[in-house]
Amino acid sequence: MGKTIAEKTIARASGEKSVKPGDIVWVNVDRAMMDDILGPRIQIAKQLEQLGRPVWDPKKVVIISDHYTPPASIHQAEIVKFTREWAKSHGIEQYYEYEGPCHQVMAETGNVRPGMIVLGTDSHTCMGGALNAFASGVGSTEMLGILATGKTWLKVPETIQVVWDGRLSGNVMAKDISLCTIGTVGHAGATYMSVEYQGETIQKLPMDERMAITNMAVEMGAKAGLMPFDDTAWFYLKRLGIEDYESCNSDADAQYYQSYHFQADELKPQVACPHEVDHVVDADQVGDIPIHQAYLGSCTGGRLNDLKAAAEYLEGKKVAKGVRLLVSPASRKIWKEADRLGYLSVIAEAGGVIMAPTCGVCVGLHSGLIASGENCISSSNRNFLGRMGSKEGNIYLGSPLTVAASAAAGRIQAAEC
Amino acid sequence: MIEGKALKYGNNINTDIISPPQYMELSIEEAARYAMSAVDPDFYRKVKKGDLFVAGDNLGSGSSRETSPLTLKYLGISMVVARSFARIFYRNLINVGIPAVECRETGRIREGDLLKVDMKKGVIKNLTRKEQYRCQKLPGHVMKIIEAGGLFSYLMEEEI
Repeated sequence: MGKTIAEKTIARASGEKSVKPGDIVWVNVDRAMMDDILGPRIQIAKQLEQLGRPVWDPKKVVIISDHYTPPASIHQAEIVKFTREWAKSHGIEQYYEYEGPCHQVMAETGNVRPGMIVLGTDSHTCMGGALNAFASGVGSTEMLGILATGKTWLKVPETIQVVWDGRLSGNVMAKDISLCTIGTVGHAGATYMSVEYQGETIQKLPMDERMAITNMAVEMGAKAGLMPFDDTAWFYLKRLGIEDYESCNSDADAQYYQSYHFQADELKPQVACPHEVDHVVDADQVGDIPIHQAYLGSCTGGRLNDLKAAAEYLEGKKVAKGVRLLVSPASRKIWKEADRLGYLSVIAEAGGVIMAPTCGVCVGLHSGLIASGENCISSSNRNFLGRMGSKEGNIYLGSPLTVAASAAAGRIQAAEC
Repeated sequence: MIEGKALKYGNNINTDIISPPQYMELSIEEAARYAMSAVDPDFYRKVKKGDLFVAGDNLGSGSSRETSPLTLKYLGISMVVARSFARIFYRNLINVGIPAVECRETGRIREGDLLKVDMKKGVIKNLTRKEQYRCQKLPGHVMKIIEAGGLFSYLMEEEI
């Protein structure tokens, strides 16, 4: 019987010849990632000391301060300082800060490779599935166990197959694929499962765009969001100088728990309305929603391709009066590249504010909270009640192109075809 | 066996609601007063030691933050019952030592009902309404983690 990517990857990491959904196995962890907000400061530092154990393999641990950079308060500054010093005192050489949201930095620094088991203290760790790695979010106590032993137990998940065929229209992006899929499967439709995205539409997407899809697999409750290994993944890794990995793809006769088939040609720009990620409608069905803030950024929607799409749309246009367009590239590397290519100056010319690469706005920690009665259209990943600031505010999620078009119009709307 | 009063909430109570991110730079003790504030500003005043947190579907969706179960534990929640849980939150509850069970009939439980839960048999008695519901039974290895007070204490006791 055929196997899925998740089953093959977990089997290899556990040393078993073959595993099936429902099996509980111990796996060796290839990369353990922590951030500042949920990293060493939550239980981990204290309890590792109580256990009296060293970090099992500092070379396999990556720590990224991204949520509280740049710090907006003394509390936040102290957390970043604590994280930095903890990394140093535990011999963890891969410590990054001000480099950008952790999932993007993990990919850029070659810490996510096909066939790897990557576990991190942030729920969007699943983004790494775009690079054919089994990547998933864990809590602090689980991370403590991993740091002490290099292992953890995983229940082999069932796999939901999501197939996209056909061509996307000019004003439709991967984010729309992501939102439409979540709207259909539901915010708990893939709980404890792996979601595998396949089909010719996915195959034609550049890596930037693919990551906007796997990033949000957790918004369906999924444990992992995976994509097949192909030339695009090979090339992305090759440019990073990485050739040492063991990729795998699902067999033709793999068993799926459920299969969904979508036609990309029919897809219109999508918007997730407050306060759930699966409240998804076509952008032209949202109604007349004036906006106060437009956010272009995050590990979901701040990559080079996203900034390019926004810049191309905004060239020669102006952000509407009364709207603030906040832009946070998904990494310092992307910031530099977008600057070199002129995207940032086009967006700034249109009235956008270019900020540091950070998680701050997406999760309402600093740099762009919303007040009561304010509406925000965002290229990020969650629109939960109160996430970006006031619980009397509203967050709508859309593609980077929809964010740009809404910023220019002053109300939620898709870019013209 | 756990006995306590129910605090009742609806569907999709996510981690941004349980632990608003704006207060996560504070300690668990300091941030606890903002727990659940988006849907119930009085939560931290209302919750008493031993209360059961009862909710509908998809409880704890969103972030991997263990801050959420740690806050519920700090405030005195003795157990969490929901129609269904999000994955990471469920594991985090068990790992910090809060028993958590699924029950299809949480819709019949009202705020303030006195509940008595037998996790080994998988039965919830609603002493206020004189009703009885079936719930998930917790397997032996999970019960051991809970009895130890969480995964960390369990590992210390077991000297693994």
